[in-house]
Amino acid sequence: MQDFLTQINYNAWILPALLLIPLAGAVVLLVTGSLTSDDGTLEAVPSARMIALLFFLAEFVVSMGLWWSYDPSGARWQATYDHWWIIPWNARLSLGIDGISLMMVLLTTVIMPLAVLGSWTSIRTKVRSYYALMLVLTTGMLGVFVSRDMLLFYVMWEIMLVPMYFIIGIWGGERRIYASLKFFVYTMAGSLLMLVGIVYLWNASAVPSMNLPASFDYDRLLAIGHTHKAALWLFGAFFLAFAVKVPMFPFHTWLPDAHVEAPTAGSVVLASIMLKMGTYGFLRFAMPLFPGAAMTPWVRTTILTLAVIGIIYGALVAMVQPDFKKLVAYSSVSHLGFVMLGIFALTLQSVQGALIVMISHGISTGALFLLIGMLYERRHTRLIDAYGGIARVVPLFSTLLVIVSLSSIGLPSTNGFIGEFLVLIGSFRTHPFFAFFATSGVIFAAAYLLWAIQRILFNALDKPENEHMTDLNARELTMMGVLVAAIFWIGIYPQPILRRMEPSASLFVRTVTQGSASVRTAARGDR
Amino acid sequence: MLQDLAAVDPHPLAATAARYVGLLPLIPLAGFLVNGALSLVPSYKRGPNDPSAVPHGHDAIGDDHGVSHEGAHGAVGDDRHEVARHPFAAVASVVGPLVLALSFGLAVMLWLAMAGASEMKTPYVQTFFDWMVTGDLKISWAFQLDQLSMIMVLVITGVGTLIHIFSIGYMRDDPGYPRFFAYLNLFVAFMLVLVLGASYPVLFVGWEGVGLCSYLLIGFWFNEKANADAGKKAFIVNRIGDFGFLIAMFLLFANIGTLDFTGLAAAAPGLGYNSALVTTICLFFFLGCAGKSAQLPLYVWLPDAMAGPTPVSALIHAATMVTAGVYLIARSGVLFAMSPTACITVAAVGTLTALFAATIGLKQWDIKKVLAYSTISQLGYMFMGVGAGAYAAGMFHLITHAFFKALLFLGSGSVIFAMHRAYHHTGSHEDAQDMRNMGGLKKYMPVTFVLMWIATLAIAGVPPFSGFFSKDGILGAVFARAQHGALAESTWLGMPGSAVLYVMYGLGLLTAFLTAIYMTRLMLYTFHGPNRTGEAEQAHLAEAPWSMTGPLVVLGVLSAVGGWLNLPAAIPLGPIGVLEKWLEPVVGAATVAVGGAGGEEVMSTEYGLIGAAVAIALLGIIVAVVKLKPAALVPKRDAVPSHGFEQVLEEKYYVDEIYDDAIVKPLVSGSRNILWTGIDRGIIDSLFVNGSAVLARGVGWVGSQLQSGETGAYAWAIAIGALAVLGAFTFR
Repeated sequence: MQDFLTQINYNAWILPALLLIPLAGAVVLLVTGSLTSDDGTLEAVPSARMIALLFFLAEFVVSMGLWWSYDPSGARWQATYDHWWIIPWNARLSLGIDGISLMMVLLTTVIMPLAVLGSWTSIRTKVRSYYALMLVLTTGMLGVFVSRDMLLFYVMWEIMLVPMYFIIGIWGGERRIYASLKFFVYTMAGSLLMLVGIVYLWNASAVPSMNLPASFDYDRLLAIGHTHKAALWLFGAFFLAFAVKVPMFPFHTWLPDAHVEAPTAGSVVLASIMLKMGTYGFLRFAMPLFPGAAMTPWVRTTILTLAVIGIIYGALVAMVQPDFKKLVAYSSVSHLGFVMLGIFALTLQSVQGALIVMISHGISTGALFLLIGMLYERRHTRLIDAYGGIARVVPLFSTLLVIVSLSSIGLPSTNGFIGEFLVLIGSFRTHPFFAFFATSGVIFAAAYLLWAIQRILFNALDKPENEHMTDLNARELTMMGVLVAAIFWIGIYPQPILRRMEPSASLFVRTVTQGSASVRTAARGDR
Repeated sequence: MLQDLAAVDPHPLAATAARYVGLLPLIPLAGFLVNGALSLVPSYKRGPNDPSAVPHGHDAIGDDHGVSHEGAHGAVGDDRHEVARHPFAAVASVVGPLVLALSFGLAVMLWLAMAGASEMKTPYVQTFFDWMVTGDLKISWAFQLDQLSMIMVLVITGVGTLIHIFSIGYMRDDPGYPRFFAYLNLFVAFMLVLVLGASYPVLFVGWEGVGLCSYLLIGFWFNEKANADAGKKAFIVNRIGDFGFLIAMFLLFANIGTLDFTGLAAAAPGLGYNSALVTTICLFFFLGCAGKSAQLPLYVWLPDAMAGPTPVSALIHAATMVTAGVYLIARSGVLFAMSPTACITVAAVGTLTALFAATIGLKQWDIKKVLAYSTISQLGYMFMGVGAGAYAAGMFHLITHAFFKALLFLGSGSVIFAMHRAYHHTGSHEDAQDMRNMGGLKKYMPVTFVLMWIATLAIAGVPPFSGFFSKDGILGAVFARAQHGALAESTWLGMPGSAVLYVMYGLGLLTAFLTAIYMTRLMLYTFHGPNRTGEAEQAHLAEAPWSMTGPLVVLGVLSAVGGWLNLPAAIPLGPIGVLEKWLEPVVGAATVAVGGAGGEEVMSTEYGLIGAAVAIALLGIIVAVVKLKPAALVPKRDAVPSHGFEQVLEEKYYVDEIYDDAIVKPLVSGSRNILWTGIDRGIIDSLFVNGSAVLARGVGWVGSQLQSGETGAYAWAIAIGALAVLGAFTFR
């Protein structure tokens, strides 16, 4: 495999190709139909969704080469690509991946075809536009994960909002307008300060003595030394942008609304991939760029506290949700709390665990949303109380829902356990107090999900309209098969993934630790 | 490092059948996959609306006694009565028990290899592949075979095979037949992972895995809310214990950097003898045990777990899974031996649980509930043993208990089976598990009657039945620890360890007395006296088929002679202390560390202890026979409610109600009213998010008012502004 990839010079073109394939797909969709016309007719539906699926499958197949072409021993950028972009500002189209980006890119390319299959029969209006937006969204998300240029990153970060805004706002539920606006304004407000920070960084990157112009290049920005005060402000700006996206308690209230109103695939993409942008932002930017600020004791304690509150609070609030989708949305707050705990505990195990939680939350929560979508398509309600006892009517669905729930609960031998276990065992070394309370999350997770699946699958089959539900079809089984395979693969043999991420995770830990230490000594030396 | 050692000096088991230890859980796992597929495929093929699978006209569980869950399965209600033989029942009947028999065969081969190998001082460890390896954390999928895990494997696969065979008859006409065997097979697979795991995390896979299967099997008849509730309760209460298990693992790793048992043995002394750290670690592990093995205060799930089919109660909730906590402490002997405080705590909790559960057992009417509380009580004995550092005695009781309690549960299963059939024939809706509806069954079920009496004498501690020897071993050990050794010399909560242990010994005897009473009560009410089932039903009461009684006979023999596994020196009826010698390489050092090297009792004391134990057991039986009047009992529907302390016992000290009111309800309503509607929707969303939107709109409104389009207003504004600027410059 490696030989073949070298032969076709895979590393040189793969990243731009990954950004271009979805765009090309969007263009194809648009030229074969009009964006504005309501082309939800039966003739248009199959072709549009089939075109989209083909492009997403092509994207997936092409991206899989990264798994082999990526050198697991390397910690820094690989498969780099660099091209001029905005010359006066010295902004460049420079791309690259490390072990962290690698897994996020692959997660995206695996989830997206499934999201299309999840929309297969549920999207019936403006079909072309829908899939075109999904394709554009993919370019934006992948762009975030592979940008080595700060401006490019920001552009991709914002681009991604637009398609999601429309996906929720057009194909969403009853309160879609409120939800999409809330989503847009919330995240936009968070990111504007980050833009200010980026401009500041650009300005500070110029070194006149060495005749170096200002730049958005990630590695250049990394080398800038800041005063502690400036670093704190900059970190604050980045923190807000990313914390909203994660979402961290108390910046999370856009998520339940967005999830409930979004169409199934929108929720899947939102939960599986877009939430990871926030934690990715901390790993890539907020912490390595401003290690001294991030590791300031009060900052770190505050964030760790918010993370642990998020874990327990998210679980408790999830427990009392009458709407299954909202329940899963709040469970995301809880899971992402584990990620934040792992990142800020800053041990190799906890960071690796955080990365695994990012991946496995993408798989399990994506799967949960897909399953909820299947329920919704059959019964047009997401209220837990509308079901009950359906395990005997739809045994395949029920089996899958139980498996996916167990992985979300973190049963050992599923993916959920690996991430949480690594986060907790790593965090316990540096922050036993926080890890102790975070561990109690395993109890609440069992409480909310088991209670929910009991009320849906078990108990008396007492509602006549549930007695004639149809079980899953081949398309739905295929989608779930992929995800269930991933659940057990990561749960039983996560080593190939851990091995690929380890150098980058360890570099992250070193960068932040040493950066914060040198800042501290410098601060002592100055004053 | 281990592999290096092995290269230098090959392990005695290296070239034997032990190589195939990895197959042990894989065989039942294969059974799970086959049976699981069988349970899904036909329902898919035939379509979900098969009329035989979904009875119409559901009745809302009109059962006046919420615990008679067997009703869902069998013969009670007409519309709930699902006698639909699964199309693949025949295949499942072969595959389900066969994989167990194969595992048992392999286990016997391993045992022969181990018995044949001379001098096996170190465990045989087989590493398969990396699981979680990152930085200095190294966790592999690895199994460890030593004398302790061997014993457990034999019990699990041996008793498991018998229970699987029993299930063929018991579950025959259940529409979920392959699903039942799938779960049962999966359970055995996880249980084997639990006892074979070479590190705490791998053990934990089995630990939570068996909890999952327990959850699925308790809620096997999931269409009744009570059953589903019971399964969920078991899982969540166990998760509280697992929280402790996790914390203990984290503490271990943070302090000694390893989680496998080999590494632990080497590094444990570094934790410091009787340090706060090692005590904390042990107590968190014990929290896990309290969950899994149903000890105070986490025992509440086990009585509810009786909602599962009776073979499940026998296998999971009596013989194997619930003893995992005892196994964990024996496995962690090297840790517990370093903390007398933790040891005494374990023994004390065990003692209190044993007594507490035995008192509740005195007043239960549901035959399975009596056995459930009896199980909790007997598990308490086991913890008394391993807590006192008598690991071999604790494991001995674990084994004999697996025999006689499996027999009691399966025997009660036979009884319930017969009761169901009888009620089914007459279309009656009576409770088939309530002892008040039984009585005089010895006439109809003579085989079950005799076997149940053997098990009763065994659990009551009457010689020469197995339970006598194992219970005596524990009580004797506690008495010996009270006299000398590390525990006697330590202080526990400010009290001298010696005194605490003497009290435990006394309470242990008292519990033995109560055990004899409640078990005799069960036998009297079920098998003796007049029959209360009903005139019409009596004609249909009969012994179960031989596929069900056969396993009972085997268990009956084992319950009778199991004591010979570990005869005390005082009763030399055969080889002395076989089990103790067998386990010596694993737990010997820890036993010595807790109990001291000597441990040889004066023979006269020994005979005194034995005499006391026998006397108290016989006394209990006599008291029960004299005091209880089966003839005076009336069927359940005619019974009058009890009063005073009797009622408190019948209502199980109201612990469930207390937990519900003190923990569950406040947590749910707090989450709903304070966290969700209060903080989430109230403060964050309404005040901050939408509030800021309102604020922005307000500012915009003010701005829009300013742009009124009236030139006069603009002129004024310009004039005032100009003056202000001028003024500012002037008075600067």
